[in-house]
Amino acid sequence: MIRIKCFGVAKEIVENELLKLDSNIHSVQDLRTEIIKQYPDFLTIKGFMVAVNQEYATDDYVLEEGDEIAIIPPVSGG
Amino acid sequence: MMNNKSILLSADTLSIDETYKFVLDVTCGGNVLFVGTVRNKNKGKTVTHLDFESYAPMAIKEMEKIADQCFEKFDVKKIAIHHRTGHVGLTDIAVIIAVSSPHRSDAFTACKYCIDSLKETVPIWKKEYLEDGSYWVGARP
Repeated sequence: MIRIKCFGVAKEIVENELLKLDSNIHSVQDLRTEIIKQYPDFLTIKGFMVAVNQEYATDDYVLEEGDEIAIIPPVSGG
Repeated sequence: MMNNKSILLSADTLSIDETYKFVLDVTCGGNVLFVGTVRNKNKGKTVTHLDFESYAPMAIKEMEKIADQCFEKFDVKKIAIHHRTGHVGLTDIAVIIAVSSPHRSDAFTACKYCIDSLKETVPIWKKEYLEDGSYWVGARP
């Protein structure tokens, strides 16, 4: 079970602050694919980054048990 | 380790005075403050207020990184980056960047670098409330 924090427009798409995925996910790329498969509305936004342990992660990053994962939609601070 | 940066994410009103006092330094003669406030129009629509959401622990880390990059790139002494969360009304302060440097040029450049970088990398999201609805700024093409 992977738990993913959702913010901003991602929270609206998922309709929850936390997205739980059961499938066979190894890398950030797998995660991305699964998120889009389950919530195609992610294709309607400008894209999203994935953060692992509060750092931006690249698609080849291999997830580990206990990693803190978050979907980071386009930021708009300031 | 010298305390040369003040990073804050706050649900309460931000203080220009606090950031200014933080960056003041006997070695510095140039102090630049950028104050971002909420305006009443965006793309021709009337804005009523904003609501900022953040991934707080990561936002703090990213703001610290920006300040650290400034210390490497520019001749600056102290930096304050303060950002609001929650409901922010018209003319309220959304963000303050304060930078001190021995000379003005690096203070201006570093201040601009901070606000430009913050808008690129810090996980904070702005929901804009209009008279006829609301939307997450910059999320959709």
